[in-house]
Amino acid sequence: MTAIVNVFLKEGVLDPQGKAAHHALDSLGFKGVKDVRIGKQIVIELDTDDRSKAEAEVKEMCETLLANTVIEDYTIEIH
Amino acid sequence: MQKSLKVAVLRFPGTNCEFDTQYAFEKLGHETVLVWHENKSLPEDIDLVVVPGGFSYGDYLRSGAIARFSPVMEAVKAYAEQGGNVLGICNGFQILTEAGLLPGALKRNNNLHFISKHQTLKVVNNDNAFLNRCEKDEVLNIPIAHADGNYYIDDEGLAELEANGQVLLRYCDAEGNPVVVNGSVTSIAGVCNAKKNVFGLMPHPERALEAILGSEDGVKMLKGFEA
Repeated sequence: MTAIVNVFLKEGVLDPQGKAAHHALDSLGFKGVKDVRIGKQIVIELDTDDRSKAEAEVKEMCETLLANTVIEDYTIEIH
Repeated sequence: MQKSLKVAVLRFPGTNCEFDTQYAFEKLGHETVLVWHENKSLPEDIDLVVVPGGFSYGDYLRSGAIARFSPVMEAVKAYAEQGGNVLGICNGFQILTEAGLLPGALKRNNNLHFISKHQTLKVVNNDNAFLNRCEKDEVLNIPIAHADGNYYIDDEGLAELEANGQVLLRYCDAEGNPVVVNGSVTSIAGVCNAKKNVFGLMPHPERALEAILGSEDGVKMLKGFEA
C-alpha cells in the first residue's frame, strides 16, 4: 500500500513561504487569490495490505517524526 | 579561584560550530570533550552539555528533527531530568525544541532569508544558571546566523513562559526596544525550560569573545555557568 502524507503549518501559524508565493502571484497579475499555503508531501510505500494497520502505523510515524505537531498538522491518505 | 568546568560538546553529522564552542569554553579556562552522536552515554563528571550550531543531518525534514533521535539524545534527556545544565545554540536550540526539552518550535524566517549579522539582544530574565552575569534589560551584541529562527509558541505557552520567567532574550534595537528580525513571537531569541536547567538561543555567544571581532559580550553569557 502507499501512504500519502501531507504536512502543513497549522491554521493561525504564519506560513512565510505561502505568503511570499501569494505576493508573487499577485505581482504576476493572478488576482482573486485568497490564500496560499505551502506544505510538503511525503509518499511512503508500505509492505502491508492491511489498511487499518497501515493507517495506524503512518499516524505513529507522523506523530513521532514526520510532523512537528507544535506547528504542523498532517493528513494521511492510504491507497 | 573559580572552578574549572568540564563541558561536553555534542557532534552530529553536519554540526559545524563544535570547534568554536570548544575554543570558547577553553578560552574561559574550562575543559571540553567532544561527544559523537552515536554515543549512548555522556562522559562522567561533566558540568554542562552544549548542543552546538550547524546543520545536523542537512536540516532534512525540519531543522533538528533527525538529530533528536540520535542515541546521545537519550543520555542528554536523562542528564537534563537529573537537573544537569544543557545549552543549545542555534541548531542546538532547534534540536532541543524538537526533542521536547524546550517549549515551542523554530520555523523558517518570515523573510525566507538566511540572516547572518551582528544583532542586539535584550536580557529579559537573568535569574538562571546561564545569564546570571548579565544585567536584566542589558543590551548585548551577539552574531546571529540562521534560516529557521522564527520562534513559535501558542498564546497559552507564551503566557506560561512569561509567568515563569522562561524568556531569556529578545531581539532589540540599540535602546532595547523589541525589533522584528525573523518573525519570532514577541521577538524571542532564547528561552529556557520551567526547571531552568535547559537553555536555548538562536544567537551565537561563542562567536562574540573578542572585541577585535566585533563583540566580547558572549564571554559574560558563557561565564554564567561558572556560578
